[in-house]
Amino acid sequence: MDFKEKRLFVTVGTTQFSKLIETIQQDEILYKLSSMGFKEIQFQVGTGKYEQKEHQVLKLKYTPFFDDFLGEVTKSDLVISHAGAGTCLEVLHTGKPLIVVINEDLMDNHQSELAEQLQSDEYLYFCTCNELVETLDKNLKSLRKYPKPNKQNFSNYLNKCMGFA
Amino acid sequence: MEGNLALESGILAILLVLVRIFFLVHKVTTGHTKVWHKKRVNAAKTLVCIGSGGHTTEMLCLMASLDFLKYSPRHYVMARTDETSYLKVVAFENEKTKDAKDYFIRTIPRSRAVNQSYFSSIFTTIYSILYCIPMMLRLRPDLILCNGPGTCIPICFIAFLLKAAFICDTKIVFVESFCRTQTFSLSGNILIYIADNILVQWPPLKRKLKRADYIGQLL
Repeated sequence: MDFKEKRLFVTVGTTQFSKLIETIQQDEILYKLSSMGFKEIQFQVGTGKYEQKEHQVLKLKYTPFFDDFLGEVTKSDLVISHAGAGTCLEVLHTGKPLIVVINEDLMDNHQSELAEQLQSDEYLYFCTCNELVETLDKNLKSLRKYPKPNKQNFSNYLNKCMGFA
Repeated sequence: MEGNLALESGILAILLVLVRIFFLVHKVTTGHTKVWHKKRVNAAKTLVCIGSGGHTTEMLCLMASLDFLKYSPRHYVMARTDETSYLKVVAFENEKTKDAKDYFIRTIPRSRAVNQSYFSSIFTTIYSILYCIPMMLRLRPDLILCNGPGTCIPICFIAFLLKAAFICDTKIVFVESFCRTQTFSLSGNILIYIADNILVQWPPLKRKLKRADYIGQLL
């Protein structure tokens, strides 16, 4: 384990997902994070209701939204995010380790479909709020980097379909 | 006698229309319309169905690599209430085309709001279909690009019927959303009967629908 001061970024996007924030605020999780070498936790809390808890060792910061979302991700060593496809993609493209937490309160949650697929491809880990402690034990270094897509593929495909090529 | 003749010719006409529609559905679902039958020289008038949130970002991301000289002009169709998508499209076009400005944004009533029940969405869909007919008659696009928001269903249906009536020859290309890894979305399940090309982003979907195309990671 290295002892660099690590930073965690927690994001709920535009969803109402107070349960994720409350889960990470639990002593058990904070203790775990601190033992992993984290010194700072930045929450992106959106518009949901939450309590601004403090901690003796860890610095907890709360912000509704960031203009420079990617900047926040790049500054961090680990990202814990809601299961939105857009957020997942943005984080994966930065190459930062990602844990996706499924919001079980959402009905018709086909977002876990994507998280499951990305986990089976070893790009990220996903879990529910209750499973977060165990998931933090997983080896984050063994996650694979999400490849950059070949943007030209789609263009070539469409040109062929349309009779341009 | 004369009443009978009118009735018979009416039935005949309806039968002919149904045969034409079934013929087209058959042609589409067996993959015979995947590749355009001749070489295209002129730019394709393109209609892009823009939906809410993630769909919009995904669509613009896909379109970023397109040669806009080939796909011009572009008509973006979106729900009337969707301010965010409007701004995203304008920003995207401004960055990509600079001064060319060969695009238009058209707004239509929503066919199904998020969380609206399937039953009541039947009526809102009928309304938005009626609203779109004159627009589609005017536009007659060469290509419809869509990736699954509710707005694309009426547009694609009208284009399909106009195609059946020999009024236009529109190619419908549907890209299933990145979120869909195992099952098709509602839009996808409808469009598999009328879209000429179905592009999926995950191999399990390709296994579900033979004529779907999978060309690797897009996003």
